[in-house]
Amino acid sequence: MKITEKEVEYVAKLARLYVSDEEKEKLTKDMSAIIEFADTLSKIDTDGVAPAAHAIPVQNVFREDVVKDSYKRDDILKNAPEKEAGCFSVPKVVE
Amino acid sequence: MSIEKLTALEIAAKIKNKEISATEVAKHMVSQAVKTKEETGAYITVTEDVAIEQAKAVDEKIANGADLGPLAGVPFAIKDNICTKDILTTCGSKMLYNFEPPYDAFVTKRLADSGCVLIGKTNMDEFAMGSSNETSYFGEVKNPHNHDCVPGGSSGGSAAAVAANGAYFTLGSDTGGSIRLPASFCGVTGIKPTYGMVSRFGLVAFASSLDQIGPIAKDAADCAAVMNIISAYDNMDSTCLDIERPDYMKSLENNIKGLKIAVPKEYFNGADEDVKTAINASLKQLEEMGAIVEEVSLPVTDYALAAYYIISSAEASSNLARYDGVKYGYRAENFDNLSDMYFKTRCEGFGDEVKRRIMLGTYALSSGYYDAYYKKAQQVRSLIKDAFTNIFAKYDVIASPVYPTVAFKRGEKTSDPVKMYTGDICTVSANIAGIPGISVPCGFGKDNMPIGLQLMANAFKEDVLLKTAFAYQQVTDFHKGI
Amino acid sequence: MNYEAVIGIEVHAELSTDTKIYCSCANKFGGEINTHCCPVCTGMPGTLPVLNGKVVDYAIKAGLAMNCDINKNSKQDRKNYFYPDLPKAYQISQFDLPLCKDGYIDITVDGEKKRIGVTRIHIEEDAGKLMHDVTPDSSLIDYNRCGVPLIEIVSEPDMRSAKEAEEYLNTLKAILQYINVSDCKMQEGSLRCDVNVSVRPVGQKEYGVRSEMKNVSTFSGVLRGIDYEINRHIEILEAGGVVEQETRRWDDGKGISVSLRSKEDAHDYRYFPEPDLMPIIIADEKIEKLKNELPELPHIKRDRYMEQYGLPEYDATQLTTLKATADFFELVIAAGASPKAASNWIMGDIWRIMNEKYMLIEDLPFSAKQLADMIALIDSGTISNTAAKQVIENMFETAKDPAVIIEDLGLKQVNDESEILSIIDTVIEQNPKSIEDFKGGKGNVAGFLIGQVMRMSKGKANPQTVNKLINEKLAKL
Repeated sequence: MKITEKEVEYVAKLARLYVSDEEKEKLTKDMSAIIEFADTLSKIDTDGVAPAAHAIPVQNVFREDVVKDSYKRDDILKNAPEKEAGCFSVPKVVE
Repeated sequence: MSIEKLTALEIAAKIKNKEISATEVAKHMVSQAVKTKEETGAYITVTEDVAIEQAKAVDEKIANGADLGPLAGVPFAIKDNICTKDILTTCGSKMLYNFEPPYDAFVTKRLADSGCVLIGKTNMDEFAMGSSNETSYFGEVKNPHNHDCVPGGSSGGSAAAVAANGAYFTLGSDTGGSIRLPASFCGVTGIKPTYGMVSRFGLVAFASSLDQIGPIAKDAADCAAVMNIISAYDNMDSTCLDIERPDYMKSLENNIKGLKIAVPKEYFNGADEDVKTAINASLKQLEEMGAIVEEVSLPVTDYALAAYYIISSAEASSNLARYDGVKYGYRAENFDNLSDMYFKTRCEGFGDEVKRRIMLGTYALSSGYYDAYYKKAQQVRSLIKDAFTNIFAKYDVIASPVYPTVAFKRGEKTSDPVKMYTGDICTVSANIAGIPGISVPCGFGKDNMPIGLQLMANAFKEDVLLKTAFAYQQVTDFHKGI
Repeated sequence: MNYEAVIGIEVHAELSTDTKIYCSCANKFGGEINTHCCPVCTGMPGTLPVLNGKVVDYAIKAGLAMNCDINKNSKQDRKNYFYPDLPKAYQISQFDLPLCKDGYIDITVDGEKKRIGVTRIHIEEDAGKLMHDVTPDSSLIDYNRCGVPLIEIVSEPDMRSAKEAEEYLNTLKAILQYINVSDCKMQEGSLRCDVNVSVRPVGQKEYGVRSEMKNVSTFSGVLRGIDYEINRHIEILEAGGVVEQETRRWDDGKGISVSLRSKEDAHDYRYFPEPDLMPIIIADEKIEKLKNELPELPHIKRDRYMEQYGLPEYDATQLTTLKATADFFELVIAAGASPKAASNWIMGDIWRIMNEKYMLIEDLPFSAKQLADMIALIDSGTISNTAAKQVIENMFETAKDPAVIIEDLGLKQVNDESEILSIIDTVIEQNPKSIEDFKGGKGNVAGFLIGQVMRMSKGKANPQTVNKLINEKLAKL
């Protein structure tokens, strides 16, 4: 299936990526090629086949409800591009 | 012979016998790593201080009579998508150009506890997306066998470092062939374990249901020794199997009599003649050693690649959403507001290939397309698993090429994503089905570039793969290296 | 035209587990900013979630208490969206296989019973907290709340008024507190609501276009918001307009709702199965075990109080809203008090004093047995009701046994007729005018004299005896 430039725009917005007109054209072409390739999937009959989210059948993996030490705040904030008053800082969010 | 050419087990024995100290080995291998970094770009970071400190600790313990296990004092390197506490972990991306995790990956800790000596972090395709190691923000990696050729990806730095004698072994990660492919292109041995055998805690996720960490080394015995250390239950990874693991070193028998090997014809479609010739010769060799080799058909292979690109891209689009300039890594310098910061950070921080996959994955999960692509791919995953189950009911091992060609020239395929993706035809099925696969050097092809034989086994049967590769390497020299 | 409102509510309740849902950080309100955090709950690269088993148990308990079917095959999914309070840029939630589904809650409004459907209950992780007012040009993020376990309880659009919504929320809150899975502290944000409102002409089958108010954090906000929205929708329709499907925000300060985004800007959450977590398979034995752990639920208890103890509905409802209150009440009865007396004391003086002291019933300094003893002392005539009020006050201060307090304060009731007669004589002597009035035919003299006698006896004289003796006295005049 061909992907339209409009779809590329929509997806880019969802993914929080800017695309220039030039990139848009190239992405539309590339993604169309990949999706056309992925469309081979439609040729295989999967009626009644359960989708497998995991390769290995493991279930009910639980953790005990026991508190362990948290990290030091300095370690949590260590890599923050901006920090202020013990917090991660971002440009003011306008609701 | 210079010590860098020894295997990991050989140098470990020398350290243990006090023929040479771990510190001396570490110093030598740090200089090898620096050299490898300069010549091939295989390293992003060389961790000299850490290496010397760890090596000294090993020497002290050996002096005190402690037995630290079979790889104590052995210098190794880790792919740069595996977390190392307070040591740069970039994923080959501008997005994490300055990221120093405040924690170790499970495997990092296991190896440190076993006295292995970390000498550096290896280069890789950005966020492990690629087959050629040409997409790293820190520069491409060159194949040590021929600097004009790619080392394969995405663990290109890890394979090149071992091939260039810049580390005794390395860790890679394999989402669709990222250990086996570069191992094949660089003429070294690399194994992707069964999904869940090695904890993914601390492995920066590309595609969570496919990613698996594994060793790249000079031979199968070294891989077995590393597997003994890194394959263990970890309660920090819900997908890590809580089962007994065999002693892989003990599985290294030089006897494969009666081993039943299936050779799926679909894996040879489109393979170059030199590759076919080398693989067939290796199969003949295995037959001579007592294995039973039969051709089989795995028609579902044709769909594996499409399913792989849908699943991996979809999961990646979600896994990579957290890189937004808020908590760590790169943040755009100029922006108007929060939204603009998100867009610019992600636009400037990610390379083209990563963006392409994020776009593809976002599309596949978006409203209206989920059933046609993601769900369908998950159904195909069920079919692929079933197909493998049927084969392994009759056979112990599946043999195939790792890649249809030898290492290609740098820049040759980067412009055409589909062409690049289709090369992964032989490797992706193992990830989709979660089964183990190993790449074993089995010859040289065009321009004298290495060729790898891929062996796959049923889930949890790493021991069979290691044994087969080990036996093969007892009678061949293709793994002896540069 | 007459309109009817259609209301559905999604309640997010924080679970009171010790640790967060996917990591071992403490699940605790308060605490210094960014100190209940680890690489997992702050979404650092390479970290992985591991599900807290207790979260599953708690959610199933809530489901069972709300009459849900339990999905034996359940899984977790990723809900993808970008916001600074969500460090992974996806929330781990449940999409098509929630732990619980198809339940209901029975409510009583104006004496009428009504059943409100519970569509589903699923588990998910909470987000962090964004603070906009600390610095002028930036918003700051505290991730302490990130990964706090939530259940989302989604109702059917079965409510028709703010009053029904209020009853639904009160009942739901009581249930969660009873089964001890959430402390439901609104002021700490442990219960938050999304409210869907639409209106339609009475008699019309199809629903009107709905608006959704997100993240309302007080019950009063929910109720005012519902009324506001109902009126807003009706005004639009009456003016011949069309209600827009949109998400709105309730501004509690201004008492209005404001538009956040329209349907066209709706999120495309790209749900898909969380690959880092394995399926949840619930065995019948587990459901049975959790069912057996459930206490008697509030509405059942309320009905029983009315039936067994003959309490009025109001009393029964009040006493059963909080499990701690009901537990205390039942202990008082078990210690021998009559239900109505116990109810009156708890809902009267005890609650009044508790309110003055900002005290919870769990924190009462005296025991249920001590209260029952005090009631017994009233019943036996040892103290008067008036004196008992003093005893209760004192029990709050000293926690002493009522018998001791009566002794200490000399509150023992005087029943001896000769003793009372001598007080009456003194009173009559001091109030000659009253006697004149009585003789002159004024009717309320007895009451005045009784009051005087009680005052002189410092409330200790048995009021019945005083009453009898004064009337006898006056009759003889």
